[in-house]
Amino acid sequence: MTLRRFFALFGLLIVGTVLIVAVLAPWITPHDPFAQNLDGRMAVPFWMDGSVVGHPLGTDQLGRDYLSRLIYGARISMIIGVSVVICSGLIGTTLGVIGGFFGGRVDAVVMFIITCRLAIPLILIALTVVSFVGSSFTVVILTLGLLLWERFAVVARTTTMQVRTLDYVAAAQAAGCSKFHILLREVLPNIAHHLVVVATLEMALAILLEAALSFLGLGVPSPLPSWGLMISEAKDFMYFSPWVIMIPGVALFVLILGINLLGDGLRDWLGATRDA
Amino acid sequence: MISFLARRAILALLVLITVLTISFALTRLSGDVAVSMAGPAASQEDVETIRKAYGLDRPLPIQFANWVIGAASGDLGRSYLYHAPVAELIKARLPITLTLGLTGLCIALLTAIPLGILAAMNEGSVLDRAIMMIAVIGQAMPSFWLGLTLIIVLGLRLQWLPISGVDTWDGYILPGIVLAFSAIPALMRLTRSGMVDALASDYIRTARAKGLSRASIVLRHALRNAAMPVVAVAAVQLGFMLGGSIVIEAVFSLNGVGYLAWESIAKNDFPVVQSVVLFLSTIYIVLTLLADLLNAVLDPRLRTA
Repeated sequence: MTLRRFFALFGLLIVGTVLIVAVLAPWITPHDPFAQNLDGRMAVPFWMDGSVVGHPLGTDQLGRDYLSRLIYGARISMIIGVSVVICSGLIGTTLGVIGGFFGGRVDAVVMFIITCRLAIPLILIALTVVSFVGSSFTVVILTLGLLLWERFAVVARTTTMQVRTLDYVAAAQAAGCSKFHILLREVLPNIAHHLVVVATLEMALAILLEAALSFLGLGVPSPLPSWGLMISEAKDFMYFSPWVIMIPGVALFVLILGINLLGDGLRDWLGATRDA
Repeated sequence: MISFLARRAILALLVLITVLTISFALTRLSGDVAVSMAGPAASQEDVETIRKAYGLDRPLPIQFANWVIGAASGDLGRSYLYHAPVAELIKARLPITLTLGLTGLCIALLTAIPLGILAAMNEGSVLDRAIMMIAVIGQAMPSFWLGLTLIIVLGLRLQWLPISGVDTWDGYILPGIVLAFSAIPALMRLTRSGMVDALASDYIRTARAKGLSRASIVLRHALRNAAMPVVAVAAVQLGFMLGGSIVIEAVFSLNGVGYLAWESIAKNDFPVVQSVVLFLSTIYIVLTLLADLLNAVLDPRLRTA
């Protein structure tokens, strides 16, 4: 149990650090992340021989400071993660709660929509939408937000089904509360802890997908320093300078790991408070 | 049983119709398809020629009807880029994607099932925790980055395996490993929880009381019951893997269906894009249908559900 708590705190520490770095990005970056310096290209990071003072993580193929780009990349990942989760959470929760509460035909329609969403290949659809609509930061957020709601819907639906037969819902109905009031004030607060856990999973998935889309050249447009785009732009140089893909890759891996560990911790913690 | 089959088949058909609509609508998102196909340098005449050649001058309902009727009879239209029927393009590249998907699935099952069993047999121990940690780490690994890292380490530094292309069979190993990573955590968790339940059940206690060997109890009695949901999920995972192989095909330059889709998306070759979306969705729909049927055959309780 203590080991689990340790991992959860570790996750919280990672996510907290990345969040602070993302918020403070303009004040803590040593250089402008977009400023090119063609004389100082591909400087090596501090742990290798011949590193340059002032560029602790080296520079990329256009001489841009890698640390500064990494810090701004944290900002992009966090904005993507949070915005996508808000968007998909709203869609999924609405669908799931309505299906779970009303049941019958309404539920059948909700289940059908979820089945259709699962049938279409996620990455392919996201790539197509971004490419055909035109790639921009907003388009990527909206595309992922409109696609990643199915787990919210599934969890909201099953938990609403469990909650709707409970006494306080019946009491609210007897008191003459409107359906809308019951869903928003009685059902939603009592399933929220499940949705918070889903939110962490989806946030991790959204960040991974954004990186994958950007890696394939159809995500966040250049020169924005998305970690996926950094890996994509650097991969031609990875044979001689492997660190150019290792640095953003490790950043991505650590952030996702942190979010998942935090999610597991929240699951334990919120589950425990519910049972108490 | 018959009514279960019928209801399940009707649902699959309805989903298929929706996917037909989505795939059609997706490629019309850019507004004027003919203009984006022709490219920025094209003259007005070029655009008109393309519009006529691909039937884009006709009203949308007619275009949609043509797409549905064509798809139903196996005619997916002609590629703008390759000047060839889309169905043939997909058929030519399918073996690569399918081999990759099956290689990935085999690696995933061969890793996830033994590890899941091992974790379940030592439930709560350090070994159990360590194995479940592998699942957490696997989930956090961006597939394209893992692919590039394996290329550098195993392909270039150690030179054990080819780093791109599939001219020889061992070209599938690296991309297969990367693809497997996406399915291993889910399969491993499922095997573990199924085995934990099975090992705590009455029939295992009976088997122990009869004095059967540990290996026989775990492999012949517990695993048989725990494996059922794993098989069903494996079918669904294969569907996800075929859909997600686009990233891995791009990393390892494999000329499969995913790579075809990626190229076509970047170059606005809309007949190919809508066909690949339809094709991969259809595979997923068929696989989940098969998984449901298999479950119903193996577990009679589900038939009445």
